[in-house]
Amino acid sequence: MSSSIIATDLVRHKEGKIARDIFVSPEVYQRELKQVFGRSWLLVGHESQIPNKYDYFVSRMGEESVIMTRDKTNKIHVFLNTCPHRGMKVCRYDQGNARVFTCPYHAWSFSVDGNKNAPPGGLVGVPHFKKAYQGGLDKSKWGLVPVAQLVNYKGSIWANWDKNAVDFETYLGDMKIYLDAVLDHRDGTPGGSEVIGGIQKWKVPSNWKFGAENFIGDLYHITSHRSVDMVSIGPSGAGRRDTIKLDDEAEKHIIRKPPPRMGSIGFPNHGHGLIGTQPHYAEPDYAASFTLTPIVEEYYKEIYHRRVENLGKQSRVLTPVGTIFPNCSFHGMQPRALFTWHPNGAQEMEMWKWYLVDADAPDEVKNVLRQYYLRYAGPAGLTEQDDMENWNYATSASSGARAGLYPYNYQMGLGFESQATDIKDAIFTASVTEQNQRLFYNRWAEFMDADSWDNLHPDASNNFHDILARSQS
Amino acid sequence: MSQSSSNQRSDAIEALLLQREIEAFYYQEAELLDERRFEEWLDMLAEDIIYFMPLRRNVKYGEHAASENTRQGLDAAWFDEGKHTLTQRVAQIATGIHWAEEPLSRVRHLVTNVQVEQRPHNTDGPMEIEAKSRFLVYRNRINDETDIFVGKRTDLLRHQDSGWVVAKRVILLDQSTLLAKNLTVFF
Ligand code: FES
Ligand SMILES: [Fe+2]
Repeated sequence: MSSSIIATDLVRHKEGKIARDIFVSPEVYQRELKQVFGRSWLLVGHESQIPNKYDYFVSRMGEESVIMTRDKTNKIHVFLNTCPHRGMKVCRYDQGNARVFTCPYHAWSFSVDGNKNAPPGGLVGVPHFKKAYQGGLDKSKWGLVPVAQLVNYKGSIWANWDKNAVDFETYLGDMKIYLDAVLDHRDGTPGGSEVIGGIQKWKVPSNWKFGAENFIGDLYHITSHRSVDMVSIGPSGAGRRDTIKLDDEAEKHIIRKPPPRMGSIGFPNHGHGLIGTQPHYAEPDYAASFTLTPIVEEYYKEIYHRRVENLGKQSRVLTPVGTIFPNCSFHGMQPRALFTWHPNGAQEMEMWKWYLVDADAPDEVKNVLRQYYLRYAGPAGLTEQDDMENWNYATSASSGARAGLYPYNYQMGLGFESQATDIKDAIFTASVTEQNQRLFYNRWAEFMDADSWDNLHPDASNNFHDILARSQS
Repeated sequence: MSQSSSNQRSDAIEALLLQREIEAFYYQEAELLDERRFEEWLDMLAEDIIYFMPLRRNVKYGEHAASENTRQGLDAAWFDEGKHTLTQRVAQIATGIHWAEEPLSRVRHLVTNVQVEQRPHNTDGPMEIEAKSRFLVYRNRINDETDIFVGKRTDLLRHQDSGWVVAKRVILLDQSTLLAKNLTVFF
């Protein structure tokens, strides 16, 4: 796997300097499709998108189209969406229900269940099979290509092209507790979320990593969203999110014991990071967040009490945003969503957004959440519109020959990381910092340069200890 | 000329006048938007307006009615909102620090193929009619950034004392993956 690119030279994370090449260079991009997207765990979709057998949803892994489907035994499969015969895209719909996918070009057909000679996704129909091939085609070898590894994690479906990659939970490490906080019911019981129908997909003239690094912990950029705060889109009528403006004296006693301090939490051995709290063992006091819609507010008050009861003294965390390496990010609180930053060339990405609600929430609650999500997020969201503008022009203003000589600055908080409490292999910084961006790009560089998963195992990494050894705090 | 053919003729003239009136309404709306007179544009919308732009999906023949477009009030969409949020969008632009529209884009609305459904929808309340139109919205910003949005609007127009207002607008944008990085223009 020789390459003229040595990513660890481009990512000088110890100095807080990262070359612009990694955001604009087609050569870097071509390599990351293989080295990063070919070996990482990628979010494909959610089981609630395909509730019945043979339902399918067409998704992406990296640049490529994949079909996520469910067989007659309810087992979920993910196949590369290209015909083994001459490459035709086998399924050009976004969703549907099919037991067999028949290629439009020469009509090879592939069965979701397979049969006694073919695995799931296997080739079961070939026109003129006997006459044209005369026994020279082994159907069992020419089915749709399945992913090497697949996992259903609390309803979210993840896949990996590399059979040597570590299993999903090892890959997550303790980031798992933050993904749980996104996927679990608001009342603290495991799982229970579903996707609101319809996935927003849109193209942004930006390198995909701008999205990933923004969500991994760019608390610093909230200043760019001041125009939204000024017009107040939050569900309590103030600011962007859960800001509370309560004039009602009677209600004041139930709010405002703030949750434990939020900070940046990062996993240097894994490449994940988030903004959130370290584990805490009691529920912070109730915070009213839907005061504009009393029915929803009442519902969440009730959920709060259920949560206090369900979680007892167990560990819990809060996380507004985070990124699971490499290209899945989330909003863990409001507006609750999973999204992917699909690479579409060095200077373009396609953003996909899955909005989440508790499956058993009343319709009225789901509707209020949905309306809030849509005014906050996505290409028409008052908040996110400005993010796309920033990532667009950051990419284009970095592609010049002159600009390319000057690395970006990632020095914020460098050398002041501390060990997180009660989370394995995690670092923590209480104030605004770029620790998570640094560890993300360091992990990215490791993927770019490593020949195989033998050199990528998170449990064999020294990154976490190295950062703490260099730290002054 | 017989009585009935003269009635027919006067109905046809009425229809023509209404058609012309609705077209003039749309041209005025486009003028306000293109001239960035957003506050005045808001006055052309009913207080209870439903402003909805669904997501569009690629589905199999025969499944379009059921699942091509996401559903108003239930699913994800590009827009599914009322006047309050539209007013906030206008206010956000006016902050001068809404970076997606600062500097302002150059936007032009071409409105065409206007079809007015002549029969008033309700007889007791204010007169409401359905009007369909097709649009091409052109956006150009900074130097070479250009987006072209083409689609169809199905409006419910209500006649108030002040004149016509849009009471419901369903906007079908003819794209599935949105080809623009954001939606900062009004349709
Ligand atoms: S390309 Fe699919 S059958 Fe030939
Ligand atoms: Fe942002």
